[in-house]
Amino acid sequence: MKVGIPREIHRGERRVAATPDTVKRLRKLGFEVFVQAGAGEGARLSDESYVEAGAEIVEGPEAAWAADVVLKVRPPEEDGDVHEVDRIQDGGLLVSLLFPAQNGSLVERMCCRKLSAIAMDQIPRISRAQKMDVLSSMANIAGYRAVIEAANHFGSFFGGQITAAGKTRPARVMVIGAGVAGLAAIAAARGLGAEVRAFDVRLAAKEQVQSLGARFLELKFEESSEGEGEDAGGYAKIMSKEFIDAEMALFRKQCKEVDIIITTALIPGKKAPLLITRDMVDSMRAGSIVVDLAAEQGGNCEYTQPDRAVEVHGITIIGYTDLTSRLATHASQFFGTNVVNLLSDMGGAENFNVNLGDAVIRNSLVVRDGAVVWPPPPEPAKAVPPPPTKEAPQPPVRPGATPPESLPAKAPGGPMADPRFRYGGMAAGVIALGTLGLFAPMDFIQHFTVFVLACFIGWQVIWNVSAALHTPLMSVTNAISGIIVVGGMLQAASGRTDTAAWIGALAILVASINIAGGFLVTRRMLEMFRK
Amino acid sequence: MSTSFLSVTYLVAGVLFILSLAGLASQETARRGNVFGIVGMVIAVLATLIHPAVEGYALVMGAVVVGGGIGAVMAARVAMTAMPQLVAVLHSFVGLAAVLVGVSSYLAPLESLEGAAHAVHLIEIWLAVAIGAVTFTGSVVAWGKLRGSISGKPLLLPSRHKLNAVALGLIVVLMIPFIFVGGTGGLTMLIIMAVIASLLGIHLVMAIGGADMPVVVSLLNSYSGWAAAAAGFMLSNDLLIVTGALVGSSGAILSYIMCKAMNRSIWSVVFGGFGAGNAPKPTPAQLEGMTGTVTETTAEEVAELAANATTGVIIVPGYGMAVGRAQHLVNEFAQLLQEQGVSVRYAIHPVAGRLPGHMNVLLAEAGVPYDIVLEMEEINADFPTTDLVLVIGANDIVNPGAETDEHSPIYGMPVLQVWKSHQVVVLKRGMGAGYAGVGNPLFLNDNTDMLFGDAKVSMQAVVGALRER
Repeated sequence: MKVGIPREIHRGERRVAATPDTVKRLRKLGFEVFVQAGAGEGARLSDESYVEAGAEIVEGPEAAWAADVVLKVRPPEEDGDVHEVDRIQDGGLLVSLLFPAQNGSLVERMCCRKLSAIAMDQIPRISRAQKMDVLSSMANIAGYRAVIEAANHFGSFFGGQITAAGKTRPARVMVIGAGVAGLAAIAAARGLGAEVRAFDVRLAAKEQVQSLGARFLELKFEESSEGEGEDAGGYAKIMSKEFIDAEMALFRKQCKEVDIIITTALIPGKKAPLLITRDMVDSMRAGSIVVDLAAEQGGNCEYTQPDRAVEVHGITIIGYTDLTSRLATHASQFFGTNVVNLLSDMGGAENFNVNLGDAVIRNSLVVRDGAVVWPPPPEPAKAVPPPPTKEAPQPPVRPGATPPESLPAKAPGGPMADPRFRYGGMAAGVIALGTLGLFAPMDFIQHFTVFVLACFIGWQVIWNVSAALHTPLMSVTNAISGIIVVGGMLQAASGRTDTAAWIGALAILVASINIAGGFLVTRRMLEMFRK
Repeated sequence: MSTSFLSVTYLVAGVLFILSLAGLASQETARRGNVFGIVGMVIAVLATLIHPAVEGYALVMGAVVVGGGIGAVMAARVAMTAMPQLVAVLHSFVGLAAVLVGVSSYLAPLESLEGAAHAVHLIEIWLAVAIGAVTFTGSVVAWGKLRGSISGKPLLLPSRHKLNAVALGLIVVLMIPFIFVGGTGGLTMLIIMAVIASLLGIHLVMAIGGADMPVVVSLLNSYSGWAAAAAGFMLSNDLLIVTGALVGSSGAILSYIMCKAMNRSIWSVVFGGFGAGNAPKPTPAQLEGMTGTVTETTAEEVAELAANATTGVIIVPGYGMAVGRAQHLVNEFAQLLQEQGVSVRYAIHPVAGRLPGHMNVLLAEAGVPYDIVLEMEEINADFPTTDLVLVIGANDIVNPGAETDEHSPIYGMPVLQVWKSHQVVVLKRGMGAGYAGVGNPLFLNDNTDMLFGDAKVSMQAVVGALRER
């Protein structure tokens, strides 16, 4: 299978979708790799280094696009009089950022053609897909770079110093939005020695902020429902009016204290919220810096102009939208690795398969053979109820359903998977049931019905039990199997005092140990499971 | 007090039991689930007590109070590290109760039956006693093995499968005369059969090695359920049948999950022994065949590594942590690191420890928040980007041989791929093999350091070193 790496044509874009390192991995996965000459130039990766890694250099975009899989960073766009989409060959697959919600016309253009497209920006935020999450890996870089840009424009030290020539205090940095970018910015600013404070609407971010050594700014605002600033995917969502007022008051106060503000507040699919108004910037000390990572989505700061650094009253407002491109080598490395991880999960060159059953593919596939398949249908309700933890336990995979004719198997799977055993088992089950129907008393059949149905209920219910709770599950089943105490009671308390009654009493005794012990120890264990 | 009313209360209790198990789907609802179970049990017991046939309250109440008291004391006293033993011994009680109820029911049937119904009743008694006896002695042996009072090594008698088959055959054959003996004349046969079944239970579990204990415990959990269900048939009691079936399926599913996690056929565990064809035990030559040298490290170095792990630390606890009761120190270590800005997560293998979910319970006891405790599938992909993995008293579950060495008895078992991380530190008492008796090439890797000693002592030293930094 051929993989093509065209040169990025977007103005100012220096990243590339594969580096020599990721080309090596692609080769290992069995792909042939074709890199357009000069594709890595912006990221300071020479054509020779690609050749060394096992790629073939091709001249001109057409040759790079004529591959089974095309890897790209930016969404396709007009290149002179040709649109990049039209360069994709029939049946080809494009893997790049696409932002399908914002780029309706691009999606339409793609579905005129018999091609498929995966949007790297739509990879779901699940643990398994973290290795493919370009939004996170790019945000990490942007956050770091934002601090570097700020330091570049800032006329003072970040870290405090006491020298023979006098004393300087550390720079005060405020980071708004503690997502991946915000956290990376906190870490970078801390690394340079600044004193960092951070704010986020999601209270869950507090711990993460503190873990990086920054102070978490909290609102003096009684919120009725805590922790609701987070949606199911872990992103921030829109807040109430009272909340925003309190938030703005906090920022207004902070503006007078801090030297550098880095804003990273984004709400997916919406215009970025306006958080730093003109009057707030005006109240800052001369020489202060604002870096607005939301510039492309309209900006968090009122003064922000996309792609530019503007100076107002001695305060610099940086609105670069190409921060990741300014760290092109590592950004390309991360992006390329994310993409290789995706291709590897799709089976490599040998077993390459666009598997719609895979949640990662289902969520990120935008066009399939010319048909728009995005947005994906909503997933069935999660087995684990909220609050959503990022690493919600996955419900265990169900093995092949037990055929209804056979008795509930004590050992599902295993030999049952062998068709001979399975059909043999089914036949035996049918014969056994037939025999039962012919000879067993009615009374027994009734009980047997209850028994079989209960087995099935148990089967359904137990699969939902979280793996972490298997020990409590055992002790609670232990306790309820102490129900055999009822049998002992019926035997012991028939008003007689013969051997049978005494044996019954003994049964009550041991079963009671079970009931009390089982329930109490379960309670003890469950008390310990806290968040 | 009609029988219909009793049936309805049993129905309510049955539903509550189902809700109780369903509640365990998540930590949030688990406590409520336990309460449902208790309520169901109270309803069932009270309803039975006011049944017209029940008269001898003194005897019944006395037994309930004494038994309940013993159970409560046991539950309150048990250390979390001793949980596997407690669970095993509780299984044995269900088995014993099934045997006792069976014998009692044979001596004094609740209703007189004729013809086919009588024969079916006798078969039911026979089954309840047989399953109960196997569960009883099997659980006692499992208890002994888990406590360490019986060796964890599998006892492999010559032609043990034949012995099992003979025992099973005897149990079936003896049933035929038992059905045709009138009155209570079959009591001797019933007792002989109970003895045979008891021996079978002992033999089955003796043949299973310590590493397979999580499966055995869940299997016995399942047996105890089937024993209760059989007793339900015997007494024509639907509540017992329902509960037994629930517990039976629950144990069966747990056993299946455990076997899958160990890449082991369930039959080899049911019938005892390791692998169907007696997988070869590793010879010293095999261990020597591994190349590389063991790098020993110190607590100070481990503290240094951990404090500088910028991409985080993953802790892999194993049975050694349970034995050393080191979970509180491990938590302290993790908290110290978190205060210094190092992210810490825990990776739990499905069969770590001696009981399904054993490690989760221990970490929960130490106060580790459960959202940083991850399962194998959730965390395996993260090892390559992790600076430090601390393996605390785990061996087989981190053995790279399970993926690479086709001759390894644990080949094919999914393991935590700790060796893909930048640095691994293994806390271990010595170079001995794990319960599976397999050498572990992980210990010889260049990026693996060994910190020898008891888990608790080692962790104490590491925590101390971390504080002094």
